[in-house]
Amino acid sequence: MSSEEIKNIVLEYVEEEYLDDEEDQEIGYDTPLISSGIVDSFSMVSLKRFLETRYKIQIPDAKATPEAFDSVNKIVQLLKEFGIE
Amino acid sequence: MSNMGDYQEKKSSFTWQQSEQELGYREGNVINIGEYCTDRICRQGKGGKTALIWQGHSGETRKYTFDRMRILTNTIAAYLEGLGLRAQDRICLFMDKIPELYFGFLGILKMGGIAQPLFSAFGGESLYTRLADAQTRGIITQRRHLKKVRKILADLPRLEFVIVVDDPGDKPLREREMAFDLEKTRPLEEYDCFQSRAETPSVLHYTSGTTGQPKGAQHVHYSLISQYITTKWVLDLREDDVYWCTADPGWVTGTSYGIIGPWSNGVTQCVLDAGFQTERWYQFIDDFKVTVWYSAPTAIRSLMKEGTGTVKKYDLSTLRHMCSVGEPLNAEAVVWSEEAFGLPFHDTYWQTETGSMIITNFPGMKIKPGSMGKPFPGITATVVDFKDHQPIEKPGMVGLIAVKPGWPSMFRTYWNNEETYRSKFVNGWYICGDRASIDEDGYFWFVGRDDDVINTGGHLVGPFEIESALLEHEAVAESAVVSKPDPVNMEVVKAFITLKPGFEPSEELELKIMNFIRKKLSPLAMPQEIEFSDSLPKTRSGKIMRRLLKAREWGEEIGDTSTLEND
Repeated sequence: MSSEEIKNIVLEYVEEEYLDDEEDQEIGYDTPLISSGIVDSFSMVSLKRFLETRYKIQIPDAKATPEAFDSVNKIVQLLKEFGIE
Repeated sequence: MSNMGDYQEKKSSFTWQQSEQELGYREGNVINIGEYCTDRICRQGKGGKTALIWQGHSGETRKYTFDRMRILTNTIAAYLEGLGLRAQDRICLFMDKIPELYFGFLGILKMGGIAQPLFSAFGGESLYTRLADAQTRGIITQRRHLKKVRKILADLPRLEFVIVVDDPGDKPLREREMAFDLEKTRPLEEYDCFQSRAETPSVLHYTSGTTGQPKGAQHVHYSLISQYITTKWVLDLREDDVYWCTADPGWVTGTSYGIIGPWSNGVTQCVLDAGFQTERWYQFIDDFKVTVWYSAPTAIRSLMKEGTGTVKKYDLSTLRHMCSVGEPLNAEAVVWSEEAFGLPFHDTYWQTETGSMIITNFPGMKIKPGSMGKPFPGITATVVDFKDHQPIEKPGMVGLIAVKPGWPSMFRTYWNNEETYRSKFVNGWYICGDRASIDEDGYFWFVGRDDDVINTGGHLVGPFEIESALLEHEAVAESAVVSKPDPVNMEVVKAFITLKPGFEPSEELELKIMNFIRKKLSPLAMPQEIEFSDSLPKTRSGKIMRRLLKAREWGEEIGDTSTLEND
């Protein structure tokens, strides 16, 4: 699976699950997710769970920081640490 | 020397009249919180002083003086009145932490409306429940939250005005919706505030209980008397302070101490409208030279995870006083904050219903790490026996936290639910619903909730509301929701579920159910763990034994199981 494919999967998931009004809000690979409030700290748990389920990995809490989850590109970087690229 | 000075001296001499006098209020006078926080401060010659420093998530920064705030809140009040909204109408604020939220709150109070702030992360059902119960007539919101309002609007015939503060105008608004751009509306220099009196309803904050739907704790304008003096004495705010309250005004801390307290004291406060990120927070304190900081244990524990090394990268030397609220502040966090910032966090205890702090650690008072502190002067608090509700005299013995009714910011009723309101008062005490003990020095020590309400990240979540919502998922046959210990949030939501025929447990189904609740209710209500089970423990009469499941999660004794239907 290419990096581009992973990016698109994560982006699509975020758009589907976390945007209140998909008609008005467009996000890209570098759009801040946590700092902008699109994904709050509680919702981050479900995003983490999605990544773990989808890619059959376990992300330790120490790695699941708001900074590491703050954009699709940052999440893709994080996944690389688990051999997902 | 702190604003309060000696605790013992104040404890013995203080009466609420002292706060009334400082505010220039006399019994029977007009008292309008909106006016007190803006016009009154300007009359003191502080119109040019900065009231609000606001920063958005992208770094955009705006500053407002007290005079500008006075005019903007006038403008909002007149706009709402012009629409046909009237005194005592419930007007909801459903926004992120943008300036319009803060000014909207005061504008509503100025025109005599009842401000009903709701957390902008609430899903459609949580929003509907609260708007329907309050028979809310207007809602002020943002384009990004409009879709949630639209989904429930057809079922809310009394909601006549949906006011959008940031409508870009690229798509037509629908029936009942209207655009309102505060910056582009003609500013109103003079406005005659509603002549509210002490007992005039002001704010309606919804809070969760063990059973039934959330209840609206109704406050009155006289709450200002408590909120002003507790801010001055506990947060120790002074003329030249820059104050940062990290709470969202969707919750009571964000209004009592994120709006009313600091501004009635004429103090500059700053707001960061961005999600939690450790370095972003430190940078914010550094940039705006924050001096007094009011935050929550969950945030403090998240900061602790990053260690003191991150703290040292920033100049946080302006900080002089720090407080915490929302859940018990563990001793480790107090010790860590002394190491990291050279200052301890002072724990403060209060509730939506109390409207202001009731038991706290005061500046200058010896802190016993892990303790809640002592009652605020003017507050008579104790712990009472679980059965006869008599005060417990023996130090260290656990009972229910109880407060003598009559402090100014005490809630006056639960909206549409007087019976439940009355049930909170027993034997002449308001029973807070929390368990604690008092030591030989008079310090209170928190033990836990006395009911099944879940305190997650400082926010109360009712299990019944989540269980009901879970049953609406196509796969769920039965559900039970309890708290589970969590190192950062103190507690998180855990759900036990039995599935309908045709559904099998899987990680994918777990995630689907989590997201279902997150969207329907709120991220706070989303179970962070779901355990699928073939059956749930029930009494012989068929009631699910939630306490059994909770005891298991907390590693506690299960207790009496004589009514259990099956093991």
